[in-house]
Amino acid sequence: MSKQILSPLPGTFYRKPSPDQPDFKAVGDAVAIGDVIGLIEVMKSFNEVQADQAGTVTAFLADDEEPVMAGQPLMDLG
Amino acid sequence: MPIARLLIANRGEIAVRIIRAARELGIATVQVYSAADADMLAVRMADEAVLIGPPMAVKSYLNIAAILKAAADSGADAVHPGYGFLAESADFADAVVAAGMIWVGPAGDAIRVMGDKVAARVAAVAAGVPVVPGSDGRMADFAVAQGLAERIGFPVMIKAAAGGGGRGIRIAQDMAELERLMPQASAEAKAAFGDGGLYMEKVITKARHIEVQILGDGTRAVHLFERECSLQRRRQKVWEEAPSAALPPAMRERLCASAVALAEAVGYKGAGTCEYLFDDATGEFYFIEMNTRIQVEHPVTEMITGIDLVRDMLRIAGGEPLRHAQADIQPRGHAIEVRICAEDPAQGFKPGPGTVTTLTVPGGAGVRFDTMLYQGYTVPPFYDSLLGKLIVWDEDRPSAIARMARALDELQVEGLPTTKPLHQALARDAGVLAGDFHTRWLEPWLELNADSLGSKV
Repeated sequence: MSKQILSPLPGTFYRKPSPDQPDFKAVGDAVAIGDVIGLIEVMKSFNEVQADQAGTVTAFLADDEEPVMAGQPLMDLG
Repeated sequence: MPIARLLIANRGEIAVRIIRAARELGIATVQVYSAADADMLAVRMADEAVLIGPPMAVKSYLNIAAILKAAADSGADAVHPGYGFLAESADFADAVVAAGMIWVGPAGDAIRVMGDKVAARVAAVAAGVPVVPGSDGRMADFAVAQGLAERIGFPVMIKAAAGGGGRGIRIAQDMAELERLMPQASAEAKAAFGDGGLYMEKVITKARHIEVQILGDGTRAVHLFERECSLQRRRQKVWEEAPSAALPPAMRERLCASAVALAEAVGYKGAGTCEYLFDDATGEFYFIEMNTRIQVEHPVTEMITGIDLVRDMLRIAGGEPLRHAQADIQPRGHAIEVRICAEDPAQGFKPGPGTVTTLTVPGGAGVRFDTMLYQGYTVPPFYDSLLGKLIVWDEDRPSAIARMARALDELQVEGLPTTKPLHQALARDAGVLAGDFHTRWLEPWLELNADSLGSKV
């Protein structure tokens, strides 16, 4: 059964903590509940996106620096 | 040559403000916008609107090539940068001029000088403007530091001459501490920057933020008196007024004259602001920096002087000399501005973009609301949280505060959180009423008063 992590907020999605650092998660990585999988920038403030489900990353559904809506799927977990 | 067609390289309330000034001068307007801003008020108001890129600011409002292309395509002959985004980019200013257009602001080189803290300090000292006391560059040894500390008084801050980012910074309360901390700071600076050189600055512990508005035409400059912006949260101004409640008249004269001297020394053209720290305890003021653009809080100055700063910026950029002699500019009464932001003061100022379901704008004598909002507008999450600025004028400060409280009660914004409850609480606070505050006053106050900042319907 496929599981998704949804954006809790509207804003800009970032996959890495800062431009010169590696991604929080890559396809194939294990995700535990509470893991930070990305950041959402809302009005110049940065908010961590924490996984509310566990699994293995099978696909990203939003690109780095992509504008997202609240409730929009960010990644698929297998 | 007067401006005929003005491109506004900004968004939000300041874009609306600039369009209004342009329209009064018969100037056509071109509003650029990102894909997230197609519905913004300035797009609706402008004569023409041009899409310049996706929501992310670096790809739109900070994208010099895209803005210059929009200007060329729309036949604009001038660019107003507003505040924030590219307003203090000397490279953008130069690029606009190189493309054959008028830049509404000071020349790129003036932005470069005043934007560099060390260069600005040197320019200020050369113009006879007081700066925070300290060493002019690095100190040779402890004996030099000792002599300097004796002269400027404790506490002093020692900083890495090569540095930045807070590394190598120490604060010493007395000579013994200075002697102990200097080797530490020097070692840390050496490790971080490969250079153990240190410089010293006096620590101003309890200061008010006071700034002077100036207008220059490249030859002559005038001041439009001061604004006080001491109520700050995380170094962001929250509540601004003019005049300052703390400045004695003789001090005001010296402060304002120093800003004019500095502006004339750098051949300043356009609107600018010299920012100072004012030390209540000693009655001294120190230049900290100059902002080479229009500022968010400019309306309080407009309210006490009756001069439209944005319109004058456009006139000056179009080649007119200053329209006012210094003696013609007289302050009258008291003005206050509060920033209405899409943040919830009851939840640690968490930002809350959303759709405006109800909007009631306050009115009546002495009330002005500069805003980007309209009923049904959806505030996007990608930019600054400023929604609008509520400004009041009255004959004196107590009346202005009462009028602000009244106007805040009338203001209704529903559909998203705003900072209105914070301003309502401030307008009732004894410290605010007494004008007894400094730049580090608001943050502890917010902790003490956290419970009173919930939204009241």
